[in-house]
Amino acid sequence: MRTNVAIRVENLTKRFGGFVAVDDVTFDAAEGKITALLGPSGSGKSTVLRMIAGLETPTSGRIWMEDEETTFKSVQERRVGFVFQHYALFRHMTVEQNVSFGLAVRKESKAEQTKRVDELLKLVQLAPFKDRYPDQLSGGQRQRVALARALAPRPRVLLLDEPFGALDARVRQDLRHWLDDLHRELGVTSLLVTHDQDEALELAHEVVVMHEGAIEQMGTPTQIYNEPETAFVAGFVGSANVLHGHVADGHVQFGEHRIAGADHLEEGVAARAFVRPHDVRLSTPESNGSSVEARIERVSTLGWLSRVVLRLDDGQVLIAELSNDELDGLDLGSTVRVDLRRAKAFTLPEDVLELPELAGAPAE
Amino acid sequence: MSAVTEAPRLIDITPGGAEARRRDRRRKLVRGGIVAACLAYLAVVLIGPLVGIVVSALKPGFRTLTDTLTSQDVRHAFFLTFQITAVTLLVTTTLGAVTAWVLVRHRFRGRRLMNALVDLPLAMSPVTVGIACVLLFGRGGWFMPWFSARGIQVIFALPSMILVTIFICMPFVVRSIAPVLEELGTEEEDVARTLGASTVQTLFRVILPNIRWGLFYGIALTTARAIGEIGAVLIVSGNLKGKTETATIYVLTAFEERMDTQGYIVALTLAAISIVALGVIEVMKRRKVREVSR
Repeated sequence: MRTNVAIRVENLTKRFGGFVAVDDVTFDAAEGKITALLGPSGSGKSTVLRMIAGLETPTSGRIWMEDEETTFKSVQERRVGFVFQHYALFRHMTVEQNVSFGLAVRKESKAEQTKRVDELLKLVQLAPFKDRYPDQLSGGQRQRVALARALAPRPRVLLLDEPFGALDARVRQDLRHWLDDLHRELGVTSLLVTHDQDEALELAHEVVVMHEGAIEQMGTPTQIYNEPETAFVAGFVGSANVLHGHVADGHVQFGEHRIAGADHLEEGVAARAFVRPHDVRLSTPESNGSSVEARIERVSTLGWLSRVVLRLDDGQVLIAELSNDELDGLDLGSTVRVDLRRAKAFTLPEDVLELPELAGAPAE
Repeated sequence: MSAVTEAPRLIDITPGGAEARRRDRRRKLVRGGIVAACLAYLAVVLIGPLVGIVVSALKPGFRTLTDTLTSQDVRHAFFLTFQITAVTLLVTTTLGAVTAWVLVRHRFRGRRLMNALVDLPLAMSPVTVGIACVLLFGRGGWFMPWFSARGIQVIFALPSMILVTIFICMPFVVRSIAPVLEELGTEEEDVARTLGASTVQTLFRVILPNIRWGLFYGIALTTARAIGEIGAVLIVSGNLKGKTETATIYVLTAFEERMDTQGYIVALTLAAISIVALGVIEVMKRRKVREVSR
């Protein structure tokens, strides 16, 4: 099944003076889907979004929307809905006036405006609040007004810049589900910029991971999480233990131990193995050789599971997340055998390789 | 014992309670003293003169009051003052808003210098401003030949009086809207544009409504200053009676010509205008603070 492309970004680059904020970025956003731009702050994701909206001019590269090139179109002509992290509601206008703004400036009839505003306020469940001013609303309510306002003129695409970033955890969670429902109902193509991996993995159909202005990896949330292609993605998306060692015989070797998964790497190079805390299993001492030995240093409860800090015999620290009953009968200080599953191995970047303490494990 | 309230008994329980109470009383006394000193100071400096003017202006009777205010010279003086104020307001408001915009939104070389220069009129004595204007437009001044060749009288006439007033009032609008613009940021503007608003629509529907109280505050300050200005205007006007005599200059000459009562009456009128302006400024200031903190 082929989906149509709603936004296409080609070789997009943005420089601010000598600083390259966005470096040769190319990706497609499928029509009717949510695409997430995921990355730490300063990774250039917001700049990409602003260039698509026309709020920033690209240094080079091209942008298409529904087969129309918009690279040089004015902001107004692009018909995008933009939602900011801090809502950016017009503070001197009521909720109703905010939502109808995009219709009023386009000279829609009063009747049409009223109809559309009522429709949208019902959709965002804020109909009773239409005469309130933004400072009389909670953060979550304000963001819903901002969303209704962006949707009112029927934009071709919805651009969301960290839309939940300013809200507290609980409201953020609610609003995330609510946005998911809303998207199912409306099906408007959305581009979501976020630094929150949970948000990207939960909401998006497609995730574009950015780092230092460039794309690290693109794929479905499952691909991004389970098959990270770079060390950055492995470390940034989801939490992971990083074990330093070197490649020996298709394994990453550290101290006395080795774990599988380095077949693609050159023999002898320094490497890092990424292991998710929930892929660490404690096993009985007599189990097979692929497990490694570790000492339990600390156990803290997370409620429904426990976080166990383990020290490997070469001094490296490993964090495991285990269900509480798995921990039964294990004491602090006791030595256990640990199974490391689904480890992902990557070579160190060149510059890090120079450092003696990291490349310390000799290749001979 | 019935007069003893609960509070002292509570304090007495703690060791050193009496000492603490004494210290408390001393502190209250000092604080009361400072307040009293401030009030006395304000009474002497502000209220005293004001009462003096009111009493002196009204003593000769209501008839003199209306006669003075309707006399040819006084009416002309006020007319001139309002002319100068109106033009000054028009110029400093539009250009001041643009200047504030440039200072807040743009980063360019010399921005800090420009920022400092905006305050120059506040620091400069009006007399200096007047003399500078005479030097430029007076006899032998740089711009004199160009204007006189076209038959335009600048010095000792309305144009120079307006010019110096504009110079002196220039900082007010800039300084009252720059912080509001800064606080406003660009996101609301950006949103307006994505929603299809043109630059003009964005200006009138989003930016101006957001900075309006700051703008009004600046306008009120400018009005008060323009009406009250005398130093620079006196120098460039040449003080031609009935021609270049503003309301403030009228007061000055009235005393020189021993027409004290007339002087008091015009001064009282000016004071009344100032008090109204002050009231407006207070209201604006409160709204402006709310605007910034929202």
